Amino acid sequence: MANGIWVVVEQTDGKIRKVSLELLSQGRILADGLGDPLVAVVLGKGIAGMEAGVAPYGADKVVLIDDEELETYTTGAYTSALYKLIEREKPNVVLIGNTAIGKDLAPRLAQRLGVGMASDCVGVAPDDANLLSFRRPIYGGKAFTQVLLTERPIVATIRPNTFPVAEPDASRQAEVVNEAAGIDPADLWAIVKDVAFAVSERPELIEAEIIISGGRGMKGPENYTIIEECADVVGAAVGASRAAVDAGWREEKFQVGQTGKTVSPTLYIACGISGAIQHLAGMSSSKVIVAINTDPEANIFTIADYGIVGDLFEIVPLLTEEFKKLVA
Amino acid sequence: MNIVVSMKQTFDTEATITLSNGKINSAGVELVVNPYDEFALEEALKLKEAAGEGEVVLVSVGGEGVAKALRTGLATGADRAVLIDDPALADADEWAVAVALAKAIEQIEYDVILAGRMAIDDGSSQVAVRLADALGLPSVTSVLKLDVDGKKATATKEIDGGTEDIEVALPAVFTAQKGLNEPRLPSMAGIMKSKKKEIKSVTLAELGFSADDLLPKTNIQEFSLPSPRAGGHIVDGEPADAAKELARLLREEAKVI
Repeated sequence: MANGIWVVVEQTDGKIRKVSLELLSQGRILADGLGDPLVAVVLGKGIAGMEAGVAPYGADKVVLIDDEELETYTTGAYTSALYKLIEREKPNVVLIGNTAIGKDLAPRLAQRLGVGMASDCVGVAPDDANLLSFRRPIYGGKAFTQVLLTERPIVATIRPNTFPVAEPDASRQAEVVNEAAGIDPADLWAIVKDVAFAVSERPELIEAEIIISGGRGMKGPENYTIIEECADVVGAAVGASRAAVDAGWREEKFQVGQTGKTVSPTLYIACGISGAIQHLAGMSSSKVIVAINTDPEANIFTIADYGIVGDLFEIVPLLTEEFKKLVA
Repeated sequence: MNIVVSMKQTFDTEATITLSNGKINSAGVELVVNPYDEFALEEALKLKEAAGEGEVVLVSVGGEGVAKALRTGLATGADRAVLIDDPALADADEWAVAVALAKAIEQIEYDVILAGRMAIDDGSSQVAVRLADALGLPSVTSVLKLDVDGKKATATKEIDGGTEDIEVALPAVFTAQKGLNEPRLPSMAGIMKSKKKEIKSVTLAELGFSADDLLPKTNIQEFSLPSPRAGGHIVDGEPADAAKELARLLREEAKVI
């Protein structure tokens, strides 16, 4: 596989994560621009046939690394398998989703390869010299940098929801290659004792198309049900401000902001959130922002596309009813 | 139990970011210990207390200003600090910082290395994991709970959609997520004691590097500020009318519902 642009595909029980499809879709555009093949790399156990899920999104080639040790993600095993293949095949670019796994894996892989890396990128484009230049937020999105990586392979993690998923083309065929993992036993240092998934039908915060967040104005943990009801009508994730998390109303994993998750949904609805600068940093790259707050002077209104000055306890249930009519 | 804590000084989270001559303007900005590193330090102090013996050593990269953050860490309870202070690291990237830290840490006795899961300034979440690979150690990121039992540890880590319990042999690197603990504040006695604690500055040459060894592999071409978002459309009217109008706008104008 002549060099190429690689996308490391994240899958759980055969289900491909949306961010991986976003990377394949954007990878196709880059591949066409640079004249480089697009390669999807899928790791796991019992993944035969998974090329069918990635080829329609533009991969010229699908590499399947099927191994007992790759069934559950572990840092060492995944690093080892990818490192070995990258050293042999020398791709130009390796793109990984900036998910919990991506954040854990990519720096370790980059270090072993002895290269730099651009984290949590929100843009990528060839520059004048046909090198890839990455745009990434710093200070939680209060500023941005444009980063060039000077050595190959270029390793970058890309924030979910950055690129749209292309329309799948079922007629696309990809060459399928099976590779042995060849994991170095020294990398098998992690024993996974337990995996616990929270029982939630709601999307993951970082990948959600719509997020509805509640802040100090929620007045207490019991009141989040009104946000949850609204969220469930439109398939949204539920977020929280630092004030709400610090008050113990919501778990840390739901915190949006510079010291929590940085998100870029299509729609972000901030309820009872004043708009502290560290919160804005985490959500101001949302495509459309709605604010509901009793205080007309609240900072959140300065960045909101739409706002209602009013009591969220009154407005949100009404909005829930209106959303029900729309999605019915 | 000997613990190394990798610590970074960052801008305060409430800081407004501005540019000066195309670079991030640090004038007048309050500097703090990276909030996630506070969780790392607290965990280190708890591990040492539980073991009843040992040493907590802070390591950092930076100039004189960073010594202030280290001093705060010492006042909070760390025993001593090592600061890699070298002008050649002024534009260091994550790779270079990890390589330099690894070399400095090799000279310290440790069972556990703790760091924040990310620094809130560059937000890249790379250095601690890179450090682990450079030292050939296990790494567990985004840790919410850490139990150390002799020569092994079990860490509960955040994953997307849940948590995972990972057992590793020590020494190992762990990165702290918010929720791991409640960081203590420096006490008056701690502040007094910290004045006698050592902050040892080392240069790259003292670590056995020449300046060219750690040239960055990452080239920052440009800093920019986000394009300001204009405040938008305030939907007026009675609550029921406003909610209805908002829903209509989100569907018909913004096309997001």
